[in-house]
Amino acid sequence: MFDGLILLIWTLIKIVLIIVPLLIAVAYFTLAERKVIGSMQVRVGPNRVGWCGLLQPFADLFKLLTKEVIVPTNSSRFLFLIAPVLSLAPAFAAWAVIPFSDQLVLADINAGLLYVLAMTSLGVYGVIIAGWASNSKYAFLGSMRSAAQIVAYEIAMGFALIGVLMLSGSLNMREIVLAQGGGIGHWFVVPLFPLAIVYFISGVAETNRAPFDVAEGESEIVAGFHVDYSGMAFAVFFLAEYANMIMISALMTIMFLGGWLSPIDGVGDGFHWFLIKTAFSMFLFLWFRATFPRYRYDQIMRLGWKVFIPVTIVWIAVVGVAVFYGVEPWFDIRDLQTAGQAALEVASGDGS
Amino acid sequence: MSFQLFIFYVFAIIMVFAAARVITVRNPVYAAMFLVLTFFTAAAIWMLLEAEFLAVTLVLVYVGAVMVLFLFVVMMLDINVEPLREGFVKYLPVGILVGSIMFLEMVFLLTQRYFPSENFPAPAAKPANYSNTEELGRLLYSDYLFHFEVAALILMVAIVAAIALTMRRRSDTKYQRPGLQVQVKKEDRLRVVSMDTESKS
Amino acid sequence: MDNLHLATPEIFMLFASCAVLVVDLFLKPGQRHMTYWLTQGSLLITLLLTYGQVGDTAGTAFSGAYTVDGMSAVLKSWILLIAIGGFVYTRDYIKDREIANGEYYVLGLFGVMGMMIMTSSNNLLTIYLGLELLALSLYAMVALYRSNADASEAAMKYFVLGALASGMLLYGMSMVYGSTGSLDLATISQALTTSDAGSTGARFGLTFIIVGLAFKLGAVPFHMWVPDVYDGAPTSVTLYISTAPKIAAFAMIIRLLVDGLEVLSSDWTLMFAILAALSLVVGNLLAIAQQNIKRMLAYSTISHVGFLLLGMVAANPEGYSASMFYAITYAFTTLAAFGVLLVLSRNGEEAVMLDDLSGLFRRNALAATVMMVALISLAGVPPLVGFYAKLSVLKAVISAGYVWLAVIAVIMSVVGAFYYLRAIKMMFFDDPVDSSEVPARMDVNATLAVNGLAVVVLGIFPGWIMAVCVRAFAG
Repeated sequence: MFDGLILLIWTLIKIVLIIVPLLIAVAYFTLAERKVIGSMQVRVGPNRVGWCGLLQPFADLFKLLTKEVIVPTNSSRFLFLIAPVLSLAPAFAAWAVIPFSDQLVLADINAGLLYVLAMTSLGVYGVIIAGWASNSKYAFLGSMRSAAQIVAYEIAMGFALIGVLMLSGSLNMREIVLAQGGGIGHWFVVPLFPLAIVYFISGVAETNRAPFDVAEGESEIVAGFHVDYSGMAFAVFFLAEYANMIMISALMTIMFLGGWLSPIDGVGDGFHWFLIKTAFSMFLFLWFRATFPRYRYDQIMRLGWKVFIPVTIVWIAVVGVAVFYGVEPWFDIRDLQTAGQAALEVASGDGS
Repeated sequence: MSFQLFIFYVFAIIMVFAAARVITVRNPVYAAMFLVLTFFTAAAIWMLLEAEFLAVTLVLVYVGAVMVLFLFVVMMLDINVEPLREGFVKYLPVGILVGSIMFLEMVFLLTQRYFPSENFPAPAAKPANYSNTEELGRLLYSDYLFHFEVAALILMVAIVAAIALTMRRRSDTKYQRPGLQVQVKKEDRLRVVSMDTESKS
Repeated sequence: MDNLHLATPEIFMLFASCAVLVVDLFLKPGQRHMTYWLTQGSLLITLLLTYGQVGDTAGTAFSGAYTVDGMSAVLKSWILLIAIGGFVYTRDYIKDREIANGEYYVLGLFGVMGMMIMTSSNNLLTIYLGLELLALSLYAMVALYRSNADASEAAMKYFVLGALASGMLLYGMSMVYGSTGSLDLATISQALTTSDAGSTGARFGLTFIIVGLAFKLGAVPFHMWVPDVYDGAPTSVTLYISTAPKIAAFAMIIRLLVDGLEVLSSDWTLMFAILAALSLVVGNLLAIAQQNIKRMLAYSTISHVGFLLLGMVAANPEGYSASMFYAITYAFTTLAAFGVLLVLSRNGEEAVMLDDLSGLFRRNALAATVMMVALISLAGVPPLVGFYAKLSVLKAVISAGYVWLAVIAVIMSVVGAFYYLRAIKMMFFDDPVDSSEVPARMDVNATLAVNGLAVVVLGIFPGWIMAVCVRAFAG
């Protein structure tokens, strides 16, 4: 009994240890976004609150907290209020299986990758329910767009991850990282380059970020699905969106960029590499937003269905053939079961 | 009652409640949402059975994709369920009668006498590193390869049928052809007219 | 992968169907006949491959999911042959109605594939998947005639009731699986023979399986979809539904009930006896009242399903082979009848009412003769093949001790002869409503002639097919 209680408390502490830094990361990600885009557009960005604007996120937060949450008349009250929660909960839940370093993971489960996919696929409910419950045509249009888009890109995303599964031979996130051991040349981004690109772009589309932000589409449908949300409810959507972006970046790091492994084999592996790589992917999100104009809706659909899915299928076939013939140095995974063996393989591969 | 059993009952009660609400709730969008809840709790119960792959796949496929499309359609169509409910009270006694007879028959057949639990012993506990997913994959691509392929074929037939039934070439649809658009030259669009200047007066 | 070569016909067919699907994508509208020829070619090659297996080839492949035995090779050959004939008849009809897209042919091919899988299944799961493959193709083929509201309605009914039937079947299968612990038919049979523990559960499942089968076959009282679907579907699809799938359904019954659950035959014979008697009575009596020839043939199908089940009631090899003979001969006789209807339904007109047949002899003598031969054979008049089929089924039933069933069957056949003969009388002795000639292409005429001739010749010399059917159950 006591053991169970201790386990429960310990797990809760670990969850808090993940969630709190995540929230802080989200807060400063918003600031970073404004700063980065500002400098790309030759502006300064927020610099008044605190030193160099460092307290700006908190100012925003307090502003949103003190605002009134307006529930529109004729809206579906229960769904309207539960929608932000539905979009936030999966965004947080997925973090449970992310390995930050070799030991640092909340739940080291076998089907970790599947779990992440399942959780990220739930996020769409928040968006569609928000759009429907608001009882407004702009919100509804936004949610319909988003639903179609997310379903389309989820397929490409899943296919892109199949390549990762084929090379790592595991659904466990830790083992996926360990399978990429042996320096920068062995990160999956090299043998699976097309899949990595497809995965990341699909991730951008999944999170409804520019240039795929038709679900919000400020210039067309005002603000899309969350047009009727204000105050705290809006803040929760905002939080979910940024948490999802960080999530996609972290997954990109784990699947394709070698997780916590250092670019040079065995030199200083650790949590810091995970942070650096994730920050790089997060920076790409901001860079995209500052650079690309928004896609037209039918172009988004064409890109998803007619470009990404065929590309991934072809590359999966290529990987399959390569794995079958054990093409060195990336595809000779026949008896690769543990990281130790992987390291051995790599050593002999490099020697020849 | 062990902790596991307690969890099972919690999920089971939620699931039965949600399943009942699917057919009793008035708003089709709420019905779809309750169906989502039903799937989700079913996945949790499968998880208790140590079928983690099936559980996650249920969430991934049904909750994550199928029900999203379902909601999509339900929201777009604005179905009025009132006509569907006409005569509900009138047929209720018959329904209850048939339902309870079926229930009794099932209970009669499925209770201890014909499906004794000693015929279906609980499976031995699996070691911690046992991967349900891996075993399923191994079976699916060896013993059940034929079924797997035929199932794939059925899905392909479904795709072919769906496309054949819905795709029609409409003569009045307009397309943008970016290839032609970028080839446009100044001469195609712009006409320079030379005319005398006009004085203001 | 052991014994992969056994599945060569299916594997070839799969690749060929996919090839047809892809090639069709690149054809211009004027080249659509290429799809037709490719379809026929792939069916023909599959037929040759399958026919090569008739005789001694036997064994299982895919870890026991797939089997080739005496019965499967014979039935598959007939299914393919009838599918080829069916596509010959339907070619112009579907072209006139603008449903002759590549999809029609591809769905047809996949349907045939489903039937072949059903015939070769050795496992509950394989049966179910084959059935679904067939059913899904059929639903789509019915619905493909989109400009016609009746076809859409028929497709909807077919889909809903078909899904219900599949559900029943699957539920029954799950009960059988639960009580015997295996999906493999031979293992199920063994489990039921050696221990009595699971037999009540299996019986429980058996009931659902029979309901599902009866739905799929269209046996009374699960027949209500048959007339609507036959009537609403484009005639080309009606032809497809009413011919080869009956053979596959027969194979499915044999697989499920004889290969798997023969131990429970004392239970299912009685159920089949009731289904058969009801089908015979209801089918024949209601057929008389029909003015619409497709509905008439639908009710006639129901009555023939009754005969088919009659052979199963005997529950011995003699009965099974009689039923097998009945299924085969019924399929190609109906093929001829619907072939003639398709010839008549030209230039956008549909030959659906009995009146459309009147004076057919003066408009197209060959079609009228073939129709006559087919209808007389369906009525069971000697010396045509239908007579011999009915005779062998009745013989099996009587020797199994169900004299009352045989009496009902004979009386109902006599009643049924009335509406077949009425149609023949209209064709030969009534004045045509529209006396224009009904032309037909060369290949259609040739196929019709061969088909009609087969009904006559096999009626006089039934020994060849009968021997094959007997050998299929000899082991």
